[in-house]
Amino acid sequence: MIDRRRFLALGAVALVPAVLRAQDEAPAVPVAPDADPLRDPFTVGRVRDSLTAMDSDAVIIALERRLRCTCGCTLDIYTCRTTDFTCTFSPALHKEIVALYTAGQTPEQIIATFVAREGESILMAPPAEGFNLTGYLLPGLLMAAGLLGLTAWIMRRKAPGAVPTPAATGPTATRPDEDQLAELRRALDEVDA
Amino acid sequence: MTLLGQFALWAGFILGLWSAGLAFLTRWQERPDVALTIRRGSYAVLVAMLVAAAALWKGIFSHDFNIEYVASYTSRNLPEYYLISAFWAGQKGSLLFWAVVLAIFGALAQWLTPPRFRDLLPYVAGITNLVAAFFISVMLFGEGGNPFERLAFTPPDGRGLNPQLQNPGMIAHPPMLYLGYISLTIPFAFAIAALLARKLDAGWIIAMRKWAIVSWIFLSVGITIGMWWAYLELGWGGVWAWDPVENASFHPWLTLTAFLHSVMIQEKRGMLKRWNMSLIIGTFLLSIFGTFITRSGVIASVHSFTQSSVGYFFLAFLLVTAILSFTLLYTRWESLTPDATLEAVASREAAFLFNNLALVGIAFSVLWGTLFPIISEAVRGVKLTVGPPFFERVNIPLGLFLLFLTGVGPLIAWRKASARNLQRQFIVPGATFALTLMAAAAFGLRGYTLMTIALAGFVLATIAQEFGRGIRARMSMHGENAVLALGRLMARNRRRYGGYIVHVGVVCYFVAAVGQGFKIKESHEMVPGESVTLASPFGHEVTFTFLGVSQYAQLNRQVSAATLEVSRGGTPLGTTVSEKRQHVDSFGQRTFEPSTEVGLISNLQEDLYVVYAGTPDGTERSRFEISIIPLVNWFWIGGVILLAGGLLAMWPGGPQIRTKRAVLDDAQAGYGVPLTGAEVGA
Repeated sequence: MIDRRRFLALGAVALVPAVLRAQDEAPAVPVAPDADPLRDPFTVGRVRDSLTAMDSDAVIIALERRLRCTCGCTLDIYTCRTTDFTCTFSPALHKEIVALYTAGQTPEQIIATFVAREGESILMAPPAEGFNLTGYLLPGLLMAAGLLGLTAWIMRRKAPGAVPTPAATGPTATRPDEDQLAELRRALDEVDA
Repeated sequence: MTLLGQFALWAGFILGLWSAGLAFLTRWQERPDVALTIRRGSYAVLVAMLVAAAALWKGIFSHDFNIEYVASYTSRNLPEYYLISAFWAGQKGSLLFWAVVLAIFGALAQWLTPPRFRDLLPYVAGITNLVAAFFISVMLFGEGGNPFERLAFTPPDGRGLNPQLQNPGMIAHPPMLYLGYISLTIPFAFAIAALLARKLDAGWIIAMRKWAIVSWIFLSVGITIGMWWAYLELGWGGVWAWDPVENASFHPWLTLTAFLHSVMIQEKRGMLKRWNMSLIIGTFLLSIFGTFITRSGVIASVHSFTQSSVGYFFLAFLLVTAILSFTLLYTRWESLTPDATLEAVASREAAFLFNNLALVGIAFSVLWGTLFPIISEAVRGVKLTVGPPFFERVNIPLGLFLLFLTGVGPLIAWRKASARNLQRQFIVPGATFALTLMAAAAFGLRGYTLMTIALAGFVLATIAQEFGRGIRARMSMHGENAVLALGRLMARNRRRYGGYIVHVGVVCYFVAAVGQGFKIKESHEMVPGESVTLASPFGHEVTFTFLGVSQYAQLNRQVSAATLEVSRGGTPLGTTVSEKRQHVDSFGQRTFEPSTEVGLISNLQEDLYVVYAGTPDGTERSRFEISIIPLVNWFWIGGVILLAGGLLAMWPGGPQIRTKRAVLDDAQAGYGVPLTGAEVGA
């Protein structure tokens, strides 16, 4: 005869594996009627939100291309959300942008909202103003200065009255003697033979 | 084995320092036996590094997970070919890989350099061994640098290799780039050796020029394979993201390319000696800068290794090397006076100078953009992101200027081109430029893309004209047929025609880059049997029909493969498969987040690029990112052409080697062969 206390204890022990197994099992996912369930949906990564028209909206995409994802990937939000499917930041930022846009904010206002919150580093490229102009202009200006300087330098060397630098020290300056030339000719004949 | 590896590191470190000490601190010029000992130091360092490499590989292949590096980057079920690439997958292993390859190159430089440069070789050995000792010191003394570090316990399995590194491209891309970076040490060593030994004639250039081309080839191939890997593995359909580490590989490539052009002027005219020295020193420093960027974490990058004190080692090495090298150059400044002067703006020399300006200008521009966030934070206290829009805005005009010069350079005569010469040379390429411009405009191209295509036509016409003239000359002089004339033309002057082939490859890159601007990308959700149609930039329609998802186990992963059938205008093109891969360890435990493999149907015109993005509801209802990307294959074709041209330019042997090599080397270097204007450049 088994007493009530022992019966409950055995029952609890018997339940433990079932409870543990249930904990290991994946949470249920909704199954659409028009597609077969995957045998293991969790091997394809995070469950994606269903596509909406705003996901492919040209204005939203253009806007997201100007803003950096904050996950540390160095990509813009659009590229990150359509490339790095492990990222949780870019889908959230996308939703925020869509919400702001559907609430009536213009793209520039949305950009301003993000810059106010995250700082200029949220922009994929710094605005071309103030100190940032040095970033945009310096390489081109240096290149132009180099072009002008180089051209002037070469022109100065051939200016009237300027004495061409004699090639005094280097081997190029010395015309080879007949023996050297003959050796060179022999070698070249041999090459062409 | 780790004890042996550790011992080999110490042996390599001490031998490297000892060899360098003898090279710099003794009067080996009067002691041939000491000079030989210094040179043999390179072989001794090589042996030590090979032992260290063997020890690490033994640990990797025997799954010795008590070694921290082995446990971090491998697992029991990792395919064997990825066990090879695990050697350089992490910071510690890549440091050892660097030291091993440097030791190999250092020994090869001693072995292959002709004896007539023996006055330079002890210095070369000293410099390469000093650099090797530096890399070994990072492993021995840097935090997180020692590949033989052991754990306090032995895990039953390793963490495995990052799925994105489990790609054939990653077997080749890092070592190729490393080979490029590392081999730059040899030209640098010859330059410093020439400065130290005061042997500042063209000898050091003849001794190292093939090494410079070797470095350039490795860098080019490494960068291109990296583009290919990023395109196939990251799933974004792009090849270049202007990431700081990508930029860091581009800097030395640009300055080395400038050097390979300007060094020709030193060889032919005895000019630009100081500039060439500066360029080769700068190129080496940029390779170390790239390593610093990758390993310091000072700038955010997807490529960065874990931030550690190792970065400070590289910063210190960079600064000390820069100061010592440029101080040495300054002390030899007067010995580097040019043998001749530039005579005209319309000359090959001037064109090469402008080409150098463009290449160095682009290198500066990329470097400036890479460092601008740090500069901005230092000056304004404001953090910035400098991404692709910035680099494209700044660099596209500079790149087009460079492309223009690529076409102009070969057309202008040495010394001074006459008006008649210019007219004769430019008429065909100029007409081609105009025709291409009009044709591209008629197809609707505008702005930079229009100019790129027109300049591409100009450069190709220049190259075709150069080949055509050479072939016709040989046919009339030697009575050869066109094919034989072409073969002999290239064989007789490999550097020149190899260079032209490289230019064709560069044009391919520019054309492919134009295609990136016309990429179409759309997100779609489909159930099996459903189709979507995208309009190609070329005007036709491409239909993608989703067939379904199959799931199965493969190697070290669980695969979910989405298959799509693709047709163009109703004509079937075949099927393509994009996968989600969930990697597991040998106990079946998931190791990383699922990764994505793209599905691709590719031709010369465009790539049809499918990414399986996942499921919204756990069923076969699947989301896809589908792109049509024009002209991508021209990047890879350009890479192959670039490689072929580079190999032709550096290939040893041939008539020049078999007969009177020294005479012709000297002739090629400008000794006793004064150039006489237009007829030479024609």
